[in-house]
Amino acid sequence: MSDSHHEESYWRKYIFSTDHKTIGIQYGITALLFLFFGFSLMMVMRWQLAFPDQAVPVIGGLIQWLAELNGFASIGNLPSDLYNVFGAMHGTIMIFLGVVPLVVGAFGNYIVPLQIGAPDMAFPKLNMTSYWVYFIGGVIMLVSFFLPGGAANSGWTSYPPLSVIATTGQTFWLLGMVFLITSSLLGSINIIVTIIQLRAPGLTWMRLPFFVWAQFVTSFLLVLAFPPLEAAGFLQLMDRVFDTSFFLPSGLVVGGEALDVSGGGSPLLWQHLFWFLAHPEVYVLILPGMGVIAEIIANNTRKPIWGYKSLVYSVVFLGFMSFIVWAHHMFMTGMGQGMSIFFQTTTMIISVPSVIILSCFMLSLWGGSIRFNTPMLFALGWIPMFGIGGLTGLPLGLSTLDIHLHDTYYVIGHFHYVVAPGTIFAIFAGIYYWFPKMTGKMLDETLGKIHFFFSFIFMNGIFWPMLIQGMAGVSRRLADGGESYAHAQGTLHLNEFMSYSAWLLAIAQIPFIINLIRTLLRKKAAEPDPNPWRATTIEWTDTTSPPMGHGNFEKVPTVYRGPYEYSVPGDSTDFTPQTSKLIKDR
Amino acid sequence: MIEYLGKISDHLGLPVNAASHGLIMDLVLGWVHWVMFILFAGWGLYFIIALIKFNSKSNPKADYNGVQSHYSKFAEYGVIIVEAFLLVGLSIPLWSQLRTTVPDADAAIQVRVIAQQFAWNIHYPGADGEFGDTDIKLVDEESNPIGLVRGGAGADDIVTLNQLHLPVNQQVLIHLTSKDVIHSFGIPEMRVKQDALPGMTIPVYFTPTMTSAEFINKIKDTNRYSPSGNYMGLGQETWEILSEEKKNEFRGFQIACAQLCGNSHYKMRGFLTVETEEEFNAWLEEEAEYLEEEDEDDDW
Ligand code: HEM
Ligand SMILES: [Cu+2]
Ligand SMILES: [Cu+2]
Repeated sequence: MSDSHHEESYWRKYIFSTDHKTIGIQYGITALLFLFFGFSLMMVMRWQLAFPDQAVPVIGGLIQWLAELNGFASIGNLPSDLYNVFGAMHGTIMIFLGVVPLVVGAFGNYIVPLQIGAPDMAFPKLNMTSYWVYFIGGVIMLVSFFLPGGAANSGWTSYPPLSVIATTGQTFWLLGMVFLITSSLLGSINIIVTIIQLRAPGLTWMRLPFFVWAQFVTSFLLVLAFPPLEAAGFLQLMDRVFDTSFFLPSGLVVGGEALDVSGGGSPLLWQHLFWFLAHPEVYVLILPGMGVIAEIIANNTRKPIWGYKSLVYSVVFLGFMSFIVWAHHMFMTGMGQGMSIFFQTTTMIISVPSVIILSCFMLSLWGGSIRFNTPMLFALGWIPMFGIGGLTGLPLGLSTLDIHLHDTYYVIGHFHYVVAPGTIFAIFAGIYYWFPKMTGKMLDETLGKIHFFFSFIFMNGIFWPMLIQGMAGVSRRLADGGESYAHAQGTLHLNEFMSYSAWLLAIAQIPFIINLIRTLLRKKAAEPDPNPWRATTIEWTDTTSPPMGHGNFEKVPTVYRGPYEYSVPGDSTDFTPQTSKLIKDR
Repeated sequence: MIEYLGKISDHLGLPVNAASHGLIMDLVLGWVHWVMFILFAGWGLYFIIALIKFNSKSNPKADYNGVQSHYSKFAEYGVIIVEAFLLVGLSIPLWSQLRTTVPDADAAIQVRVIAQQFAWNIHYPGADGEFGDTDIKLVDEESNPIGLVRGGAGADDIVTLNQLHLPVNQQVLIHLTSKDVIHSFGIPEMRVKQDALPGMTIPVYFTPTMTSAEFINKIKDTNRYSPSGNYMGLGQETWEILSEEKKNEFRGFQIACAQLCGNSHYKMRGFLTVETEEEFNAWLEEEAEYLEEEDEDDDW
């Protein structure tokens, strides 16, 4: 560990820093920018879905320029080739460059060492490397937009043979993914070792904040699930660059020409390898969010989280189960009875711990003294949104019903309820909650509440109608939003409504951005309150705001109790820090 | 009672059901949505009460212990039991009926469907009831998209582009495959969907119970009958000069692609015409005649 007393150069301090807090903030800013970019792609796509083939307003010129650079005809509209590029890259960017780096790279990095009383991550240099590898992966993905044929266009799932015969963008996608995966592997190993090795004295496993548990399980998912995809990515790269046939069967005829490959491979093999990562991946997207929600609910109900042990066992079980449900994404590939029984059963089983976790959060409200501040509003908004996401997973998990719903907008609606008003709300909740810790300044509550209410409304405005379209049988990934298909005619009118909701959602982010900038520019109080939320966990009670440079703590804290000791009978205040020895000793 | 509960499926906005197995699927979908609705409403009610009752103004001091009762356990067990029933009682047996009880080849109408970017090739065995061989060396996008060997069993085979005709109330057995990338064969009204994978042939079977004519009658006052906007991707001018018969083709059952297969995935539509047995046979004969004429011209 580097020592905390010498002056560092600008580069060491802000760019190639090994301090987990700086790296966390680097991750946070980069990932937020990517999140915004991924969302912007979607705003353009939503124009095409609402008003097919009309020129995009305002940025039509830019779209035309990009399309023509890629070799597509455009009059300022979004042609179908570019729609597919944007779709694939929206998914890729949102997941691998936006949400995962935010919840693991930013929150995990910044909060975990502080919450467990560690001076830094176990491997600070590895930590720095993981950020820069992520950065390179991001640059590769961005550069690919300017290639002939554009960026990857075969969906974020990149199913061969389509992805193997696709334009050069796909090669860049695979290379970019190799970097992103490597970065995640480095980051998650680091989190695992840190949690195992660097907990403060007295911080036993069952005294860990739930957020730390969630990060711990998430890191295991990343470490165990990503390697198969990294390998699969290399195999697909070989298929593309060196004409191997890992994923190509014999006898392919593309555009009237027999494809000149040896054949004998299996496109299904890719799907298995891909989903073996990608199902755990969706839990990577949601578990850290659950961790954030647990912290905020306990803090703002002013009572212990209900069923802490059930929560911990559930999240561990959930992590384990997430490795054996992957083929429920593949029910329509011609699956026999045995496989379908296995994967339906595991899918139904995995819903149980999710129900338990949600129940614990809900039951925690009972008997509380609930404060409705902005972090709490986002946390409370998260509950029904994640509920809808979870419930709509039920029909999709039953293979028989999936016959109708597979690859329709019902699926898009379902998983967006989990990741958009789900995870994104958890991220907002976390930002409002920990911002005072990171900067020593509170974000404005009024702007925060405006941000919450409008985001809540417009999120539902976007995603609820998708469930309706999906029920009508409208396929996903349609560059004209279903205009061409007869069965979509009855629900086409919803496209405009959803698109307006998406653009309004963008406008609803303006108060948030103003809030961030205004607060950052504001002068800091001479001695900022280190614990404005009156919280119990170590990051609030034993550090300054922001925490001091390398090392975090003046002296290593010792832990005497569980994470959520709020309103303990006999205490004079309604929160008893983890590090206070006696109940009334303060 | 069970039927009645299931009728929520009438309100889910499902497409008209036109296949024999569709009703039970719709009912199950309805029941599952009942379960979802009850859980959501129950938890939602609790949620709202909790927020009102325990906000910091009405309850300034939190209770360290919180909920003591174990009612929530019952809710969790309830969920487990319901899920187990949906799984073991409904989904698993239905899957075996719909997906792994492949009908006898002789008992069903047989068709091969070969997907390609961006069309559905439909291949009937012709009068001899036997499919001819195919060879990728013979593939010619214009004249022989599936590379059919026009000799032996293949001499009388009928191949159409995007035109699937089926007789009503007879089981059809489709052998589904793809020439190039993965597509997905979906007909929402028939409640079928199956990925078409190159290198694999996968059986798809169902029994249509409604003719296209009956169906079109049924949807007379929907947008599907009188489309607007982009007029099913044709544009208003084209739509308006179409004959009523051609319009009905668009309004009727369509084969939709459900798997991203390239830039024109969004308009990879085929047309399914379900007709009476006489009409179907007449259509087959007509197609066979075309074939003979072409043979005489020797330019197929
Ligand atoms: C809140 C703003 C968002 C909006 C309006 C939005 C909208 C959409 C829409 C309409 C599609 C379907 C496109 C199609 O099928 O043609 C889509 C696909 C997708 N979205 Fe989002 N989304 C949002 C946020 C997110 C987030 C936060 C994530 C992930 C963490 C995400 C991940 C994906 C993925 C993986 C796909 C599938 C891409 C593919 O087809 O390969 N989205 N999104
Ligand atoms: Cu297709
Ligand atoms: Cu397709």
